Amino acid sequence: MENRDLIPVKLICKHYKIPSSFINTLQEFQLIELTIKKDDFFIHRTQLKEVEKMARLHYDLEINMEGIDAIYNLLEQVENLKQEIRTLNNRLRLYEDF
Amino acid sequence: MAFIDYYKILGVPKNASESDIKKAYRKLARKYHPDLNPNDSVAEKKFKEINEANEVLSDPENRKKYDQYGEHWKHAEEYEKAKQQQSQHQRSYQGSSGGYSAKDFSDFFENMFSGASAGASGRQVKFRGQDFNAELQLDLKDVFTTHKRTLTVNNKNIRITIPAGVENGQIIKIKGHGGKGINGGPNGDLYIQFSIVNHSKFKRDKADLYTTVDLDIYKAMLGGELTVDTFDGQVKLNIKPETQNGATVKLKGKGFPVYKKEGQFGDLFITYQLKIPTNLSNTEKDLIKQLQTQRR
Repeated sequence: MENRDLIPVKLICKHYKIPSSFINTLQEFQLIELTIKKDDFFIHRTQLKEVEKMARLHYDLEINMEGIDAIYNLLEQVENLKQEIRTLNNRLRLYEDF
Repeated sequence: MAFIDYYKILGVPKNASESDIKKAYRKLARKYHPDLNPNDSVAEKKFKEINEANEVLSDPENRKKYDQYGEHWKHAEEYEKAKQQQSQHQRSYQGSSGGYSAKDFSDFFENMFSGASAGASGRQVKFRGQDFNAELQLDLKDVFTTHKRTLTVNNKNIRITIPAGVENGQIIKIKGHGGKGINGGPNGDLYIQFSIVNHSKFKRDKADLYTTVDLDIYKAMLGGELTVDTFDGQVKLNIKPETQNGATVKLKGKGFPVYKKEGQFGDLFITYQLKIPTNLSNTEKDLIKQLQTQRR
């Protein structure tokens, strides 16, 4: 992993005006992964979008961490089901037109 | 535009307290928030409505104006002025209310997401812009090869590469072509869902293609050669003697391109459908009867 892909947690907290405890809790719930280098915590840039999303859910919709965790699991299930429906629809078209 | 009943949108009575409004807004926002309903344009529209209703009803001044002037509440002052002018001239005026008509939801939504306000919590947080969703209809032939196409999204032309083998219903992400970032945050992404229309005689299942070809009974019984269409040309097939109706052959690598695997193709499955001759002559009938006798 290259260093330029890692963003210091301190910088993220300052930028988004969120407390570092929020990031720590996200990690405790295994919703994000933190990288530790020389006693400093970093987040990979690919996870930023998820951090933003979780901050919106937490601060704007007042959803607690347990709720965010449950939502993420359900959203994953929804996405898998959507993919399955797409595959089944495409397969159905195979027989419908014959 | 028709009058929008903000109380109805939030599902609260006209005498609802501030806390009732806040509670109703929170409940509906949790239900329709775009983060919880990805790629759902209906939920997105509903969320905009809820936000607009909340922006008006949660602000006592705006709410007062809205209760008093209804759909004209945004132009309350102009309305009052116009009314005064009317009475000064002491004439009845049945003018059109076009000047005071309610605007689209979008101007409120823009306010909310353009940095003028930072949402319910009041934080000035930099967020990425909204993700946009679009649907692109293509013919099956169009996605047989990788090609470029120019799309117009929100009056902006975007040139995108459509990889060969893209599937019906598949969604691709175009980074940074969504809504503008909030408070200087990065732009959202554009999600394009493909709707693939198939007018060909081939049916598709992922990278495999299926088709049916007619085969005369003589060739089926005695064997021979048959030229058949593939998706991008023709091939000559050897028909085995005594081929049965409904028999299927697989032509390896003659199917559809495999998505994002250049040079790889699925297979083409050809099913034979035997054609029984019609309008038989007497001579033909006699010959077939002879054959029938021979087989007994």
